[in-house]
Amino acid sequence: MKSFIEYIVSIFKGLWTLLTGMKVTAKYFFTPWKHLTHQYPENRDTLVMFERFRGEVIMPHSENNEHKCTGCGICEINCPNGSIEIISKSIVTPEGKKKRIIDQHIYHLGMCTLCNLCVKACPTGAIVMGQKFEHAVWDRAKLTKVLNQPGSVIAAGVKE
Amino acid sequence: MAFNIYDFTTLTHNIHVGLAESFSPFMATTIEWVIVGVVYLLFIAVFGLFLVYAERKVCAAFQQRLGPMRVGPWGLLQTIADFIKLLMKELIMPRKADYFLYNLAPFLVIIASFLAIAVLPFAKGLQSMDFDIGVFYLTAVSSVGVIGILLAGWSSNNKYSLIGAMRSGAQILSYELSVSLSLMTMVVFAGSMQFSTIVEGQRDAWFIFSGHIPAIIAFIVFLIAGTAETNRGPFDLAEAESELVAGFHTEYSGIKFAMFFLAEYINLFIISAVAATVFLGGWMPLHFGNLESFNHVMDFIPPIVWFFGKVLFVIFIIMWFKWTFPRLRVDQILTLEWKYLLPINLVNILLMALVVLTKFHF
Repeated sequence: MKSFIEYIVSIFKGLWTLLTGMKVTAKYFFTPWKHLTHQYPENRDTLVMFERFRGEVIMPHSENNEHKCTGCGICEINCPNGSIEIISKSIVTPEGKKKRIIDQHIYHLGMCTLCNLCVKACPTGAIVMGQKFEHAVWDRAKLTKVLNQPGSVIAAGVKE
Repeated sequence: MAFNIYDFTTLTHNIHVGLAESFSPFMATTIEWVIVGVVYLLFIAVFGLFLVYAERKVCAAFQQRLGPMRVGPWGLLQTIADFIKLLMKELIMPRKADYFLYNLAPFLVIIASFLAIAVLPFAKGLQSMDFDIGVFYLTAVSSVGVIGILLAGWSSNNKYSLIGAMRSGAQILSYELSVSLSLMTMVVFAGSMQFSTIVEGQRDAWFIFSGHIPAIIAFIVFLIAGTAETNRGPFDLAEAESELVAGFHTEYSGIKFAMFFLAEYINLFIISAVAATVFLGGWMPLHFGNLESFNHVMDFIPPIVWFFGKVLFVIFIIMWFKWTFPRLRVDQILTLEWKYLLPINLVNILLMALVVLTKFHF
C-alpha cells in the first residue's frame, strides 16, 4: 500500500516538475523583447559593448593632450608576449634636472591577447582597455600603433 | 440548431460529374486519383517546409534567440533554400550497404505518413477516405513507418544506424500501445471509429470538455505517447545527435535524407491533427450548448481555419516539450511507458466506460 501511494505521488510530482520547466521556457518564449541576439551589421550605430569588454589597449588623453604615462616600462615587463615596447628619452627639466620620459609607447595589436595584465600592472592608470573591436585592416603594419599622441606631455600631478 | 457549414462533398461531386461527362469512367477515376495525389503532395511539401521554419523559429524563441533572419524577410525563404540544397546534393551509399533495402527504407517511411494522412478530415467532406474504422486504420498504418526505420538502420551497415533503429523500434512498439489505448478511450466515448462521425459528435461541445476528467487524462497521455511515436524529443534517442551521430539516417544524404526529414514533420502534423480531431473537435467551431449567438459568431470562422488553428496549437505544445525537456535514457523511456502510461491508460479506459455507462458527461 505504501509503495502504491508513493507511485501515485511520484506521478504528480513528475508532472509538477515538468510544468515548472515548461514555465521557464514559456517565460522566454512570451518575452521576445528580451531576446539576446544582436543583428550585428544592422545595429552598428546603436551597438553598445558591455563594460568589461576588452577590445584593444588605449591610452586616454585629456583635452590638453596630456596622458598619465611616466614611461616606467612596467607594462612592457608584464606583457607575456612582448606586444608592448617602451621607447624613452631623457630631457632636462626647467629646474635643471635630468629626467627620463616616454618617447613612444608602441603597441602591437596583432600580437596582443588582450589579457589585461598591462592595465592591471600600470601604477598610474595610464592605459585602459578600449571598446572598439572592428580591427580588420589590409596591411599588417597598421596593427602596430603608437599609443601616446604626438606632442603629448605627462599630466601634472602624476607621481613618478 | 441553425447550422450551415459548407460541405466539400458538393464540390468533389461536381468535379466528378464534370469529369464523367467528358471521359470514360476508367479515365475519370484515374484523373481523380492523380488530382488527389498531387493535392496531397503539394500540401505535404508546403506544410513540411513551413513546419521546419516554424520549428526553427519556435526553438529560437524558447532559447532567447531570433532564429533564421537573413534569407528573405524574417528568414522566410530559409527552408526553401535548404530544400534546394538538399535536392542538389550527391547521393552517397556505403559500399557494403544492402542496395535494395537501403533504397527502399525512405520510401516506406514516407508512404506510411502518406497513408495516415488520407483519413484526416480537413473540413466537412474534405477527406479522401472516410472509413468506418478510421481510427483503427490510422493506428495501423502509422506503425508501418517503424519498418522503414528498422530497414534503414539495418541496411546502412553502420553501428550507429543499427543502434538508433533498434532503440526506435523498442520505443515505437511500446508507445503504440499508449497511443491506441488513449484513442480507444475516446472511441468508447464517441461510440464510433469513423472520423467524420467523431467530429459530428463534437457539435455541441468538444470531447475534451464533454468527456471531462478521463478525456483530459487521455489527451495528456496521447500528447506524451504521440511525441514518442514521432521520435521527437525528449524521446529522440533514436537519432540522438550527441550519442549516435544521427541515428538511423546517419548514412543517408541528399533527397533520401530529405524524405526522412519530411516524414518526421508529417508525422508531427498527423499526431497533432489526430489530437485536434479526436479531442479538440477537428474542424468543428467552438460551440457551447445553449449560447446560440456565441455559437453563431463562431460559425463565421471557416472550418479549415479552425482545423489548422487547433493543429498548430497542438504542434506548438509538442515543440514546447521538445525545447524544454532533456532527452530520456532508454530505460527511462521504457519505464515511463510500461510502469506509468500503460497502467494509467488502462484505469482511464475503465473510468471512461463508467462515465459513458452512468451518462455522467455533458
